[in-house]
Parts: sequence; C-alpha cells; structure tokens
Amino acid sequence: MNLHEYQGKQILKKFGVAIQEGIVAETPEQAVEAAKELQKQTGTGWWVVKAQIHAGGRGKGKIVGSEQRGVALAKSLDDVAAISKNILGNTLVTIQTGDAGKVVNKVLIAQDVYYPGPSEVKEFYMSVLLNRATNRNIIMYSTEGGMSIEDVAHDTPEKIFKEEIDPKVGLQPFQARKIAFNLGVSGNAFKEMVKFVSALYKAYESTDASMFEINPLFKTSDDKIIAVDSKVNIDDNALYRHPDYAAMRDKSEEDPTEVEASEHELNYVKLDGNVGCMVNGAGLAMATMDIIKLAGGDPANFLDVGGTANAARVERAFRIILKDKNVKAILVNIFGGIVRCDRVAQGIVDAYKNIGEIRVPIIIRLQGTNAVEAKKIIDESGLKVYSAIQLKEAAQLVSEVLK
Amino acid sequence: MSILVNKDSRVIVQGFTGSEGSFHASQMIEYGTNVVGGVTPGKGGHEHLELPVFNTVAEAVKQTKADVSIIFVPPAFAADAIMEAAEAGIKLIVTITEGIPVADMIKAREYLRDKNCRMIGPNCPGIITADECKVGIMPGFVFKKGRIGIVSKSGTLTYEAADQVVKAGLGVSTAIGIGGDPIIGTTTKEAIELFMADDETDGIIMIGEIGGSLEAEAAQWIKASGNKKPVVGFIAGQTAPPGRRMGHAGAIVGGADDTAAAKMKIMAACGIHVCASPADIGTTMAEVLKK
Repeated sequence: MNLHEYQGKQILKKFGVAIQEGIVAETPEQAVEAAKELQKQTGTGWWVVKAQIHAGGRGKGKIVGSEQRGVALAKSLDDVAAISKNILGNTLVTIQTGDAGKVVNKVLIAQDVYYPGPSEVKEFYMSVLLNRATNRNIIMYSTEGGMSIEDVAHDTPEKIFKEEIDPKVGLQPFQARKIAFNLGVSGNAFKEMVKFVSALYKAYESTDASMFEINPLFKTSDDKIIAVDSKVNIDDNALYRHPDYAAMRDKSEEDPTEVEASEHELNYVKLDGNVGCMVNGAGLAMATMDIIKLAGGDPANFLDVGGTANAARVERAFRIILKDKNVKAILVNIFGGIVRCDRVAQGIVDAYKNIGEIRVPIIIRLQGTNAVEAKKIIDESGLKVYSAIQLKEAAQLVSEVLK
Repeated sequence: MSILVNKDSRVIVQGFTGSEGSFHASQMIEYGTNVVGGVTPGKGGHEHLELPVFNTVAEAVKQTKADVSIIFVPPAFAADAIMEAAEAGIKLIVTITEGIPVADMIKAREYLRDKNCRMIGPNCPGIITADECKVGIMPGFVFKKGRIGIVSKSGTLTYEAADQVVKAGLGVSTAIGIGGDPIIGTTTKEAIELFMADDETDGIIMIGEIGGSLEAEAAQWIKASGNKKPVVGFIAGQTAPPGRRMGHAGAIVGGADDTAAAKMKIMAACGIHVCASPADIGTTMAEVLKK
C-alpha cells in the first residue's frame, strides 16, 4: 500500500526521523492557515506548496492547462493561496502519472529548508528495502540526491552504496557510521546523519514497510539532516497488524474499478486493450494476456478470479470487465483442478443469464477435471459463446472473433 | 528416483485440522501420499482422518519419523510454523500459505540458513512426483508419470504445462511450484540443479514470470554447467505493463533488466528453447526431445 508524502512523514516523525515540517490542506484558505501556523512553529519565512498524489516527478510535472508545477516555492501568504488554488482540484501530469494525470485533493504546506547559513546545503538519496537476492533488508544510499535514482544507477553506478542488515541483530551503529562517512558529512552533520539512519531503519522495521525512500535526504546550511520527501510503501500482507496505517489508504488514488474488484477479492488490473480476460491464477492470467496479444488482440485487463470460480464471482468478474467500453471480446480461461470444470461452466451459464444479453462474444476455455462435461454444458446452453478445451483452440477463436 | 519426494516420503500436515489442511490432506492421501499424521497445537492426542494429531512438530517427528511437512497454517502464524518444522528436523518444508508478511519471512529464511533442510514456497502449489507422492494442492490426475521435470513460479500455469506435456505424449517426473513471493525457499536454479542430477528426468520445463532475476540466474547456470539436458522455457507477462507491480528502487537492487523480453533473450542465449506462446510448451518439449 502506497502512502502520500505527508503520511510517510507523519510516520517518520513518530519514530524520531527529522523531517521537513509541514501541514496538509485541502482548500486555499486552509493552506494559508497552515502557512501561518507553520511559521509560528518553525519560523520559516517562505513555504513550499507540494501536491499530494501517489506519483513521483511532481516538481517537474505540470497542472493541465497551465504552467503551474506540482511543487512550488511561495514567498508570501498570497503566493501560498494562489499556488494552492492553481493546484487543488486540478489534474497534475508527471512522468509517472501517464498522460491522464492525477487529480490533486490535498497540498502539503512545508517549511522552506534551503535557507542560507554557515555551510553549503547538500542533497543525498537514501532508501530501505528488501534485497531479493539475499533475502535481507538493505539500506541503499547515494551522494547524488534530488534526481531520479534510476538515472544515477544508469550513469554513475559507483555512486550508489548498499548496506545489508543482518536480521539476527538488526542495524548496528558501525553501519550507520559507515553510511555517514561514505556520504562525506562531518562535524555535527555526521552525528545527525548517524541518528537519521538509525531512526529511519527503526521506522522501516516497526511499520512492516516494503520500502522507505527519502529523496532528497537533505543537509541544511546549519548542518541538520532531514527528510524533504518520503515515499513509503507498507507490506499489504502485514497491514492486519497495523490498523492505523491501513486506515491511511487513499482509495481516490486508485482506479475505481480496481477498488471495486478488490472489495470482491478479485485481483484486477485495468489495461488499454480490446480483449478482456478472466482466469484462475496470476501466472496463467499473465500467460492468457500473452496469448491474446499473439492472437492479434490486446489485453484489456488482468483478472485473477482465484481458486473458487463460482457463479457469484464469475458474474462479478464479467460485470467488471464489461464496464470497459473498449472490450470487444472476452476470453475465459480456467484450469480446473480441485474446482471442477462442470461447476465452473454452470456458474458461467448462470452468470451470463443473470446479466442478460452480453454485447461481446465470449470464448470459454475450460480444462482440467470434467472438461468434456463442461464443454457440453456450454455448447448446449444456447448462449452466444464459443468453447474450447485446448489453449491453442482458444487462441484461434480469439483471432476469429476479432476479424 | 525423481527429486525431493517419492513413495517413501513420510509426510505430516501442519494446520491439519483446519478446513484447508483437512481438505488437501484427504486429497493427498487419496493420491497415494504417505501422510503419517498432522500437527495442530492444542489438539494433540486426537485422531483426524484416521491419523494421529500432535501438539508439536517435534512430537510428530519422534512418533512418526516424518521427514516432510506441508504447511497450511494461516499467514500470521506461518513463519513460526516453518521455524518449528526446521527445528524438529524436518528435511523438506512445503509452505502453501499465501500472504505471509515479508518481515516474518526474512526471519524464517534466516533461521533456515544453518539448518539441514529445504523449503519450497511459500505461496506455492507444492511438489508432486507423479504416481508416488503429492505434497501440495495441485490436481493430481493431470500429472501422468513420465520423464519431464517442471519448475514454475505459478500454480495453474504448472498444471497447464503438465497437461500439455501429457497431451504431447510425454509425462512428468516431478513438478515443483516454487511460489511467487519475494522471499522463497527454493529457487528456479536450485530446482533445475536437482533435475539435472536426476536420472529419471530427461527434459526440464521452466516457467517464470516478470520481476526478479531467478530465471536469468537459472539460465546462466544451465549454460555454465554444459546444457546437459534440454530445457524449454516460458515467461508469463510479455504484455504486462511495466511498473504496476514493483517499486523502481527494487528493480535497481535486482540489477538486471527483469522484463519478459529481457529474460527470454537471456534464456535463449543460454541455450534454452524459449516458447513465445504458453500454448506451445508441451509440443516444443516433444520436438526438442526428438532431435
């Protein structure tokens, strides 16, 4: 589950990680109040208005139909009001949102941390995540912050460091010191960095996160080390032990059809193609999408109906697929094992009849236990469907109906 | 011989008396698996499916000489069940449970490091040696006896591959579903090493997915070890949109490109017979073996 920047920062702060302070707002009026309050708390003279959406690249992204960036400096309360008004309720397009962009419902009014002082400011990069190759968590960090870490990895891989954490003992102080040395900070900034790393790792472990990414990790001109941005992902499988984080889920950030599907325990991802599919098992579902492509179509979705493909679930799945007006045909691909194909077939027939007339051709491939009986049920149902047993036959049928 | 499990395997079921455990235990027994008992804490001393129930895995091992355990314990308790099995001396732990928190699995995986045991899964369909022993939830009848080994990340795609192999006039020696979680006990490469050393396996099918570097690692090992047996490969997700499943920072740690196209290219370069279509897995294997 992804969190907004402001939510991630709330969690960081709770665990003693120093952050760029801020207050979230939903209207320009609230934004101005937030700015005044923040000035009282931190003494900041300027503010940064930051659009809160689940996508990166906000600083370079633009609000549709204007030159307004998704992150902007405000030098007065009037600026705060004007920028917030430009952003709130409008659509922000960034390199990560796709062309459709995302509607911004909240802005974070944050303190300005690039103020002048005795030393030079510096931007770093730091993240904590699982290293799948070793089955251990690592802290990944770089002297090159404030830019895309993919670009750093591509152009200057030698500037990316990794520190592996032994799960038996957790992060050790010498490791935090090593990180601070490698980042080249000294004096008070060194001490602050060691503290930052320890607190960050504690936050990561305590929240069952699958990723914490701080970019930029910032050294101020008076040698404070703070998180200016936060990208936090919590492990979905662990949310049951964190009801407070589970409550932070922002459904408005997700595709409404995908939210509806997940409420019915269907694993659905919307895509841009013209052939819908309904499959049991994630691997077979992806393979079915590949078959559609090879047959001359384009997959309109990924949909795993799970192990119990009964009539109610099948009906729900059909309804979800049919919401997509681009769908010209549907391929149902079920490999019946423990669940018998004749039952699935009966479920499909019942679901079809409940929905009434379905406007697109449906190809049903049922293989496994009682596949022959299942094909008979489909063929004798009188419905406008094509049936197949072998995957090859199903692929040919897809090609034919698309002609 | 086959690999990891056979007719002599003595299997216990952890989470034996729960609905999943009960159902699949009876299916396994029906298939002919030598299930010798089960574990449900607090229900020791009772009988279930005409087999003894124990409070602990250690007690079950002592009484039944079990060497394989299959775990159906709910996600919140599954990592604990894995460690208990390892501590009790179980040699092969098959974890079916889906949805175990990653943090729990980091600890369990670390715990297994210096134990003399292997884990398959979690979030997997299990392992089956055709006509001998099924330790999993797959439909047994699909896996007709033969000399093709199958290793796959996905459940239903494993059944699909087995079915095609049988339809192509071949059969299955052992099939392993390694599971799709970020942390797993047995990798694609490790399964293939076992198949390469098995004198009852003539050809190997490896089925992967987008994400991670398991397939590339296996492919490189196959080439380095001299392509001793033909391998047919398929990667699901050629049409999957990038970035919908993994944070980009994870891809950097993986190092290599993990798209389907990149994996298929590496596999082909390592001498693996790569199918573009999942409908061609069985026929490709039959053709390769004729050569």
